[in-house]
Amino acid sequence: MARMTMIEAVRSAMDVSMGRDENVVVFGEDVGYFGGVFRCTQGLQAKYGKTRCFDAPISESGIVGTAIGMAAYGLKPCVEIQFADYMYPAYDQLTQEAARIRYRSNGDFTCPIVVRMPTGGGIFGGQTHSQSPEALFTHVCGLKVIVPSNPYDAKGLLISAIEDSDPVMFLEPKRLYNGPFDGHHERPVTPWSKHELGDVPEGHYSIPIGKAEIRRKGSAVTVIAYGTMVHVALAAAEETGIDAEVIDLRSLLPLDLETIVQSVTKTGRCVVVHEATLTSGFGGELVALVQEHCFYHLEAPVVRVTGWDTPYPHAQEWDYFPGPARVGRALTEAMEA
Amino acid sequence: MDEFSRLSLHIPEPAVRPGDQPDFSNVKIPKAGSVPRPEVDVEPEAIRDLAYSIIRVLNREGEAVGPWAGLLSDGELLTGLRHMMMLRAFDARMLMAQRQGKTSFYMQHLGEEAVSCAFRKALRKGDMNFPTYRQAGLLIADDYPMVEMMNQIFSNERDPCHGRQLPVMYTSKEHGFFTISGNLATQYVQAVGWAMASAIKNDTRIAAGWIGDGSTAESDFHSALVFASTYKAPVILNIVNNQWAISTFQGIARGGSGTFAARGLGFGIPALRVDGNDYLAVYAVARWAAERARRNLGPTLIEYVTYRVGAHSTSDDPSAYRPKMESEAWPLGDPVLRLKKHLILRGVWSEERHAQAEAEIMDGVIQAQKEAESHGTLHAGGRPSVRDIFEGVYAEMPPHIRRQRQKAGY
Repeated sequence: MARMTMIEAVRSAMDVSMGRDENVVVFGEDVGYFGGVFRCTQGLQAKYGKTRCFDAPISESGIVGTAIGMAAYGLKPCVEIQFADYMYPAYDQLTQEAARIRYRSNGDFTCPIVVRMPTGGGIFGGQTHSQSPEALFTHVCGLKVIVPSNPYDAKGLLISAIEDSDPVMFLEPKRLYNGPFDGHHERPVTPWSKHELGDVPEGHYSIPIGKAEIRRKGSAVTVIAYGTMVHVALAAAEETGIDAEVIDLRSLLPLDLETIVQSVTKTGRCVVVHEATLTSGFGGELVALVQEHCFYHLEAPVVRVTGWDTPYPHAQEWDYFPGPARVGRALTEAMEA
Repeated sequence: MDEFSRLSLHIPEPAVRPGDQPDFSNVKIPKAGSVPRPEVDVEPEAIRDLAYSIIRVLNREGEAVGPWAGLLSDGELLTGLRHMMMLRAFDARMLMAQRQGKTSFYMQHLGEEAVSCAFRKALRKGDMNFPTYRQAGLLIADDYPMVEMMNQIFSNERDPCHGRQLPVMYTSKEHGFFTISGNLATQYVQAVGWAMASAIKNDTRIAAGWIGDGSTAESDFHSALVFASTYKAPVILNIVNNQWAISTFQGIARGGSGTFAARGLGFGIPALRVDGNDYLAVYAVARWAAERARRNLGPTLIEYVTYRVGAHSTSDDPSAYRPKMESEAWPLGDPVLRLKKHLILRGVWSEERHAQAEAEIMDGVIQAQKEAESHGTLHAGGRPSVRDIFEGVYAEMPPHIRRQRQKAGY
């Protein structure tokens, strides 16, 4: 075991994968010599050579498009989109190509690619460095979508993603890169070295895609969250004293519906939390599923806590980010309904 | 008074419209054999002229002339003629089948047969094409079974794509034919990625990307050229300029650039322009580009100058936007007739043998069609299972899709 930040864990996942399978290649903007703007690929080029880890032109459609071609050849590309906010030029390649190659060719060709992208807010990144576009991927059949909340999961899930035979969108909450973040921006940053999920095996291990994890057992209300909001939800539960059960989805597609249904059936109340905007967000899907599967167990309307339906602002970041106070109020609302 | 008058927007227009006399006086056609053949390791800067000329081998008399001639034997040329005739007969039958309601949609190659049929012969087994919907000659010239193509078009119980993909969007890894998307330009950059992978693995195989004149306007075209140029990918980047993007003449995508081939020059990619209706010229240029790629010299951009004689697809009516007789005025002629003339001139073919071959080929296509139809057509006979809707979205069916399949009753 080693203590790792999420950056180190993600890097370790790629390192381990490149060491085990010489078909794994890593590329993207600034990822080669420099090692990425968040340093997730630092040292990989020096270790594995320039043809396995290299810089790409500033062309997201080109990065994903060439990755698809490489995957068709038989490689396993794990590419980086510098910020999730920059993925839109690649969206055509992801939705119409990567997601459908297996289907339309009946398996004659497949597309085992991983597209990593730092996601979410909390770093004063404004509207072009803070977005959470996960629902734009979960709406696309053929893609898998992962959002880890800690270094241990990030490594195990990234290894699974690289070993998967279908395209995987791997959204890394950038505010969690250096430490768990519960939304209390005014407090000093806690490093991962002080968190048990910063304990990460140095070698190979994997976490199955499609399995949620219960981060806090509770009986009063179920909170469904992923990424940064897992830590916010945990803080809200402690601060309100409400005995919430906090589910960390880890994988949005496929989704661990069983864990959700078991929990909500038990608690009878549910709060769904994400950073992304409200309307047509992934929370809407979660609420619909809870309604379909748990309606007769519900004792209160399901509450959503999300980013506002506006572009992500710069100066007003902490009025936008759904912090522990807002999540706490939602817990109270769910309990009092 | 201001020295500048008010601005006005330039909207390019084709020279002629329905009711006008066809006019191709703007298509400058050099004499066959007049364009030099450089060494494959030439500096791109030294051959900029080739992006503005047209490499041609067959002259009006049907002779093969100049430095790009002499690469194919009589036997190979006879095979090439046969492939083009097969593609033409296949198109004719499938167009009719679409009109008879046996499929929803078809796209023909009429007038463009030489491009894909000759190109395939410059590749080796294991090389990979990323085609558009108008390169079925790549399959026919690689002896892919015609009946399989028809099964796909009819979406029947033997359809290799299990009814999931639009007609003519074939796939065959074995025949170096990447699954056609149906979106435009997206696969151009994938071809570059495949070629990069081959180079990463120190393989010997090369890739070919395909795009139409209209789709060169897509950003993926430019991404492809950037990546191909940066990494010197072993890829042949083909632009089939058939003059028309549905109803839009090629000037709308080309803009102020002299030619589509010239787009390669800014990327430092050698760019050639070739008579796309000349089987010998297409083969010669493709082989030159393939050799460059195999020698690790990097990409080549090729513009095939041709003409889409038929409609864009069975959903299109060209008489609404171009003169009816325009195809007959096309100055580069018909690829089948030109190769036929050449082979007759060489004394290895005749009008009688041609007529006989036409009949035999049509008979073979009809036989294949009968076999395919015995497995069903779009609305009759054997068809893919409803289960096929749900299979193959992922390697393993996730629970939510399984629930939906059960809900559908399967």
